[in-house]
Amino acid sequence: MKTLVMIAAAALSIGSAVMADPVKVGIAAEPYPPFASPDASGNWVGWEVDIINAVCKAAEMDCVVTPVAWEGIIPSLNGGQIDAIMASMSITEERMKVIDFSDKYYNTPTVVVAAKGSGITPTPEGLAGKTIGVQVSTIHEAYAKAHFPDAVLKTYQTTDEGFQDLAAGRIDASQADSIAIDAFMASDAGKACCEIAGAVADDPAILGAGVGVGLRKGDTELKEKFNAGIKKILEDGTYDAISKNYFASSIYGG
Amino acid sequence: MIAFLRPVHRQIMLAVALAAVAASAFLLDWGWLPRYLPLIAQGVWTTLWLTVVTMSLGMVLAIGLGFAQAAGPMWLAWPARVYCTIIRGTPLLLQLWLLYFGLGAFFPQFPELRQSFLWPILREAWPYAVLALTLSAAGYEGEVMRGAFRGVPHGQIEAARAMGMPRFTLFRRIWLPQALHRALPTIAGETVLQMKSTPLVATITVLDIYSVARRVTQDTFIVYEPLVLLAIVYIIIAGLIVLFFRKLEARLPARMA
Amino acid sequence: MGSLLALVGSPSAAELLAWSPPGWGATLVAGLWNSILIALGAYALGLAIGIGGAFGKVYGGPVLRDLLEAYTTLVRAVPELVLILILYFALTDAVNKIIALWDYGPIQLSGVAAGIGVLGVVQGAYSTEVIRGAILSVPHGQIEAARAMGIPPVLLARRITLPLMLAAAIPGLANLWLIVTKDTALLAVVGFVELTKATSLAAATTKAFFTFYAAAGVLYLILSLGSTVIFHRIERWARRGQRPLSGGGR
Repeated sequence: MKTLVMIAAAALSIGSAVMADPVKVGIAAEPYPPFASPDASGNWVGWEVDIINAVCKAAEMDCVVTPVAWEGIIPSLNGGQIDAIMASMSITEERMKVIDFSDKYYNTPTVVVAAKGSGITPTPEGLAGKTIGVQVSTIHEAYAKAHFPDAVLKTYQTTDEGFQDLAAGRIDASQADSIAIDAFMASDAGKACCEIAGAVADDPAILGAGVGVGLRKGDTELKEKFNAGIKKILEDGTYDAISKNYFASSIYGG
Repeated sequence: MIAFLRPVHRQIMLAVALAAVAASAFLLDWGWLPRYLPLIAQGVWTTLWLTVVTMSLGMVLAIGLGFAQAAGPMWLAWPARVYCTIIRGTPLLLQLWLLYFGLGAFFPQFPELRQSFLWPILREAWPYAVLALTLSAAGYEGEVMRGAFRGVPHGQIEAARAMGMPRFTLFRRIWLPQALHRALPTIAGETVLQMKSTPLVATITVLDIYSVARRVTQDTFIVYEPLVLLAIVYIIIAGLIVLFFRKLEARLPARMA
Repeated sequence: MGSLLALVGSPSAAELLAWSPPGWGATLVAGLWNSILIALGAYALGLAIGIGGAFGKVYGGPVLRDLLEAYTTLVRAVPELVLILILYFALTDAVNKIIALWDYGPIQLSGVAAGIGVLGVVQGAYSTEVIRGAILSVPHGQIEAARAMGIPPVLLARRITLPLMLAAAIPGLANLWLIVTKDTALLAVVGFVELTKATSLAAATTKAFFTFYAAAGVLYLILSLGSTVIFHRIERWARRGQRPLSGGGR
């Protein structure tokens, strides 16, 4: 019976890595340029992917970048399909109830982008009666629900789909991370349709204290490894070297 | 119902099932339910009307598609055949995304659209859901209706023609009712399948019950209980559909020519 | 071909779909290959469950029959998407709990295995009904005659029941194959990279939505049309030596 179980266990691991040794770092399976997006060969590239590789190298871990659907990424972590989340996930109190976080590795403001000439301001009054798009299961969704109750909220599987609908004119505004919005505004569609309306009023409880590595509760060993890795790349200049390839200035934030 | 439960093993199984339901009601975490009840009601309503509306519209189209293939001239039958083949050969999710995101990608090139009277419809997500589901239903039911139209004994059609019945009356009084009667059991199954396709509209921001359940999971991080509720809702709806068609079949004569 | 593709809204569509980067053609076909692999695995698992379930329903005792009826009814009433989500999370938990009984550490269920497991369970319910119908359609007179002539049960099953049942089951099984190839698209919602997910990734990255979704549609059509042709051949082979279908068929 034992052999049967072993054979079954081996068969079930088809395609997955060797049991337990490499650390499966989950990223969102939806493109989120410039942090993580697939290239034409299907490989994931971007600032965040480079940081993952750098942190793992610094912490001497063998990491495997594993794309997981964003809306199921926390259950996947708790269920054991992945060991860590590095998918631009902000450290918030709500999330800290179910998972742990490492130290932050970047922090950028939250910005609203709107159709050109619409005169929308990132305030409850400015967005009253307008349709705003956010990605599901993000701090932006939570923020919009709490702070813009008079706006019509549309949730998308990915930030990109929200931007598509903004360009198509189906929604009036979109709230997302400033870097993601910069990437959209740099594209032809973004330049043609929209303008940045400004940053939202800060709410640390909802918007969180920066982006960290998501870990299972009680997984202190991995947490220390990731913290050590992040500290090392910040100190030895790898972080800045990688950021230079993508951004004009450091996004580590205050 | 009583006859169904007469065998002892069925009574035992029913007792076990009820115990499981009671256990899950007490052991699982249902604390989120009261807070989300209005949203759940809205989601269930959306699922119901999507199923009914798209199935009805799809059937209307399907009758046309099926008849064109069964009795129509080549230039009608062939496009109908191609349409049904394409719809049945590609996944509904792909068709849905093609309509919503594909058409959406064209909109920025035509800014005049935003001023037109169509814009309130083109802006929303549910028209695309209704369109995709209706076209899908039409494709699948068209195939069913084709078989049903063919299955009506040709002798009846010939006799009606010999008696000089006008073509439309023939279709309305003889061909169509008998074809529908033949297809009814299959249509019941297809309606359940249509209901099972409705969750896909959640990916284009339509708020059906599946969308609500996923939102509960994302807000509260509770994974299983919303999915269990979801399964129960769908089982109940499927049961209602089957019951409805069974009642319908009971009202029709059992024997067909 | 390039000008035809230009009509679908992107003059560079031919470049986008090219085989080597920056074309996404290879990624799409890799996604198609993943879809086919999962479909094959799920179909095989579904057939295995279906054969067992069908024999259980036809020849089994009342308890077994009712349990199987509950299984098929439940699976056919709940949308595949919901089942995929439930089983995707519950299957790993359950497997790990079972493995823990023998003191093994938790294993990671790969996406492929989870997809095959889920779709296989769903296919099993439908296969049970198809095969059961096929078994029941074997003319009982033939089985009685074989028994009367003293043919042993295994030989009977192999030479008489199976060939006759196969011919009746193939249209239903062909339909199930088409269903499973399209159901693999649902795995896109859990992030697994099969053809539909690969298409949405390509479309989202390049913004050429129409091009990629249309291309994926063509790939799926090739798969389903090709499968239909193959199944027609198989059905002709299975029906060899039997009387043609009454009524003339199509």
